[in-house]
Amino acid sequence: MVARALASVKKQLGLGKPRPGSGLPARPVIRGLVWARRFAQTFFLGLFLYLLFETGFRGSFTGGDEAVRIDKPVEGYLLADPFVAAMTLLSTGTVYRGLAWSVGLIALTLVVGRVFCGWICPFGTLHHFFSWIFPSRYLKGGRRVEQNKTHPVRQRIKYYLMIAFLLAALTGSAIGGLFDPICVAVRAIGLGVIPAIQYVTGRGSDLAYESGGRGVQQAADTTNDFLAQTVWQNKQFYFHQTWFIVTLLVGILFLNRFVPRFWCRVLCPLGAFLGVFAKFALFGMEKDHKKCTDCNLCLVHCQGADSPQGGVKWRQDECHMCMNCENACPEDVIKFRFLPSRVSTQPKFDLARRTTLTTAAAGAVAIPALRIADVIDANYDHRVIRPPGSVEEREFLERCIRCAECMKVCPNNALHPAWFEAGVEGMWTPILIPRIGYCEHSCVLCGQVCPTGAIQKITEAQKLGIDQKPISIGTAFFDHGRCLPWSMGTPCIVCEEFCPTSPKAIWVEEVDVPKRSSKPGPDGHEPPMESVHVQRPHVDPSLCIGCGACEKVCPVQDKPAVYVTSVGETRSKTNVILLENTSYSKS
Amino acid sequence: MRIPRREAIKRIGTAGAILGASAVAARTLFDQGGFDVTKSKGARQTRDYRIGDDAAFAQLAIAKNDTDAAALTRKAVDALGGMRRFISNGDVVVIKPNIGWDRAPIHAANTNPAVVAEVVRLVYDAGAKHVVVTDASCNEPNRCFQRSGIWNAAYENGAEVILPVESRFKSMRLKGEVLDEWPVYTPLMNADKVINIPVAKHHNLAGYTGAMKNWYGVLGGRRNRLHQNIDVSVADLATFMQPTLTIVDAVRVLMRNGPQGGNVADAKDTHTVIASIDQVAADAYGCTLIGKTPEELPYLKMGTERGLGTMDWQSLRTALV
Repeated sequence: MVARALASVKKQLGLGKPRPGSGLPARPVIRGLVWARRFAQTFFLGLFLYLLFETGFRGSFTGGDEAVRIDKPVEGYLLADPFVAAMTLLSTGTVYRGLAWSVGLIALTLVVGRVFCGWICPFGTLHHFFSWIFPSRYLKGGRRVEQNKTHPVRQRIKYYLMIAFLLAALTGSAIGGLFDPICVAVRAIGLGVIPAIQYVTGRGSDLAYESGGRGVQQAADTTNDFLAQTVWQNKQFYFHQTWFIVTLLVGILFLNRFVPRFWCRVLCPLGAFLGVFAKFALFGMEKDHKKCTDCNLCLVHCQGADSPQGGVKWRQDECHMCMNCENACPEDVIKFRFLPSRVSTQPKFDLARRTTLTTAAAGAVAIPALRIADVIDANYDHRVIRPPGSVEEREFLERCIRCAECMKVCPNNALHPAWFEAGVEGMWTPILIPRIGYCEHSCVLCGQVCPTGAIQKITEAQKLGIDQKPISIGTAFFDHGRCLPWSMGTPCIVCEEFCPTSPKAIWVEEVDVPKRSSKPGPDGHEPPMESVHVQRPHVDPSLCIGCGACEKVCPVQDKPAVYVTSVGETRSKTNVILLENTSYSKS
Repeated sequence: MRIPRREAIKRIGTAGAILGASAVAARTLFDQGGFDVTKSKGARQTRDYRIGDDAAFAQLAIAKNDTDAAALTRKAVDALGGMRRFISNGDVVVIKPNIGWDRAPIHAANTNPAVVAEVVRLVYDAGAKHVVVTDASCNEPNRCFQRSGIWNAAYENGAEVILPVESRFKSMRLKGEVLDEWPVYTPLMNADKVINIPVAKHHNLAGYTGAMKNWYGVLGGRRNRLHQNIDVSVADLATFMQPTLTIVDAVRVLMRNGPQGGNVADAKDTHTVIASIDQVAADAYGCTLIGKTPEELPYLKMGTERGLGTMDWQSLRTALV
């Protein structure tokens, strides 16, 4: 029994298993590296998910006086992302704070190539996993070999995307975040997959609660408490229009059924960006073409479709450094080593000059063209309520990479990916939807996790306005036709109760109003008139900070009687109401 | 070509069985339609955790002669006969402070953590097996529990803190005048004893909030509708939840801009803790601390009429300590 288990482990590790052809096993160091890579992939995917779970405020029993912050670098993967750093460098001319860490990843790539793609990237690991778990009739034997050969036409696409996005950044928009793999992973898993699993778990827990006895109920409570404290939050989170984000994720994962790691090979602009540096990497492959028997075992296992087989030149910029090819090669054709001979390596980037220039031009004109649509200058949408501490809208678009960290961390589920409220260009940038969640008065977590400074790292004193003007994100308005005290002679003022400013921005006017009784009068007469005392709420626009607490709690359920729009936001000099906030020195 | 008879019978039999099963399913699961907007069916569900009166002890204790919150709490409870009168060995005790708002103790919008800590200690000393501190907050609960200092106070004294996770709200039939069936917070439903420890403060709509209004923290769902008839809502809730003991923290009270406050100048040190077995009387005395009279608060009159207690607190055996 033990002997059989050992033998099976040895077989799994490739020990003692004669390989086809020469029958010689691969070098021990390579076999070790392949396993090191598998552990690294598991570890970095796990770390990514852990940091994503930790992207949310969970209180603690330790003290109550210190400022509330997330104590882990939950945005770490984005800080290490040099494509994000490059886009924001081109758009703003600066490297924002933690993004300087991305130089480390460039250094790593210059030494050992696209190790990030093959060993670290959590999105890459997902694709690796799904291209392994979906081995359908499309991807076996010869078909897999065929798909794993370099397909220059489709593999160039990611370079064109990268070039277009960098040019778009240069002309004022970090829109490339739509395609950055870390942004995609945070957005799709954080806003879609996790809440969906929570929803299913919740319904399962409801069923257990209804059917079970006391023991089952306690187990359900304990499980729910544990999950709320480790994976998600106390309540179910909902995100605006995430169906599309999740559909894209499912679609892109499904493509692994037809082309292994389709995303990594064809679309990933970060992979392309690292590919540029990988061209100069010190570590690489040497091939001894004469020994190659064209068995294609290297191609069966290839991740990057980078031509590891004999007879063609290796493409270092496409290689994920997974080491599978050397591990599989039975004839010792392939050797990874430092400072290899470049005889069998493709020397130039395989890009078509005209397409390169066309995509660069397309990227450069896209943003100005999109701004001809009215969303920024002429007809700013009142629903574009940006998180507190956001910079002015143009700079915001230069910085926001749509990574969804702010939406994930928001404890009240207030921040959502915009659909087309902020224009096509502003898709999936954060907007506050007060009806779903309001901005918690003393909370500054969205700025803390923002990797690019689209939301600045403000302090509580700045936000609350201690010895300064508070940060406002909009202004509340009453719809008198729907407000209970204003039009229905019914007491309410929940809005005033929740208004967090001091003095309150919502104040009440005490009035006695006539109200017709709901019961008919005697002898079929009109119902009698009564007088009721109500408090009618008003907004003081100079005190309102637009947090939306009033809108959130308004009992007029479907279309609230008090609502917040973006006007009066501190960050804008033009989207204002009051004279005292207006300044024409800035357009 | 004709098929064999056996085969034909088999096919007809299969089709017949499927049809039969469909018909049975349609019959058993048949839905007549129509909808029901009447009041909920079934008996009223209430939670009455009271213990009986004892002529040897005061019914209402007002502790004023100290500046230490813990000492005031202890004195008030001792005047009612001590915590051992209320707690039996092995009890599971749920303590319900007001942890409604993301405010620090200085703002007096939540129960004073020192009072919470002292009550937890007294309850454990009286022999409780397990003590739970919980509330269903208005602001984001993690932040309210942490910044109010109550999480820390409860934890330091060995109590379990339960956060209002969505799954812990289940529907119950209150069958009150305006509150019919509502989702309620189950930790407060499954206890041997419940101690209500509200903070006394101003409330812009209700006038004053203390013991009875603190039961808002029992409800889930869209409780913002309750404001339309706040006095009857409060009376309905106090009818539904009758605690073992009420301890009103009035060490520091919010005089204006309640219930949330936020301005330190709105709060005033009054160094008082009220303990009572009568939640109506506790509020009747408590409201005087912010300059109201019991007659100004309709929900106290309703509570008295419903027999929940008396707003005429002077008629009780009162101890001033």
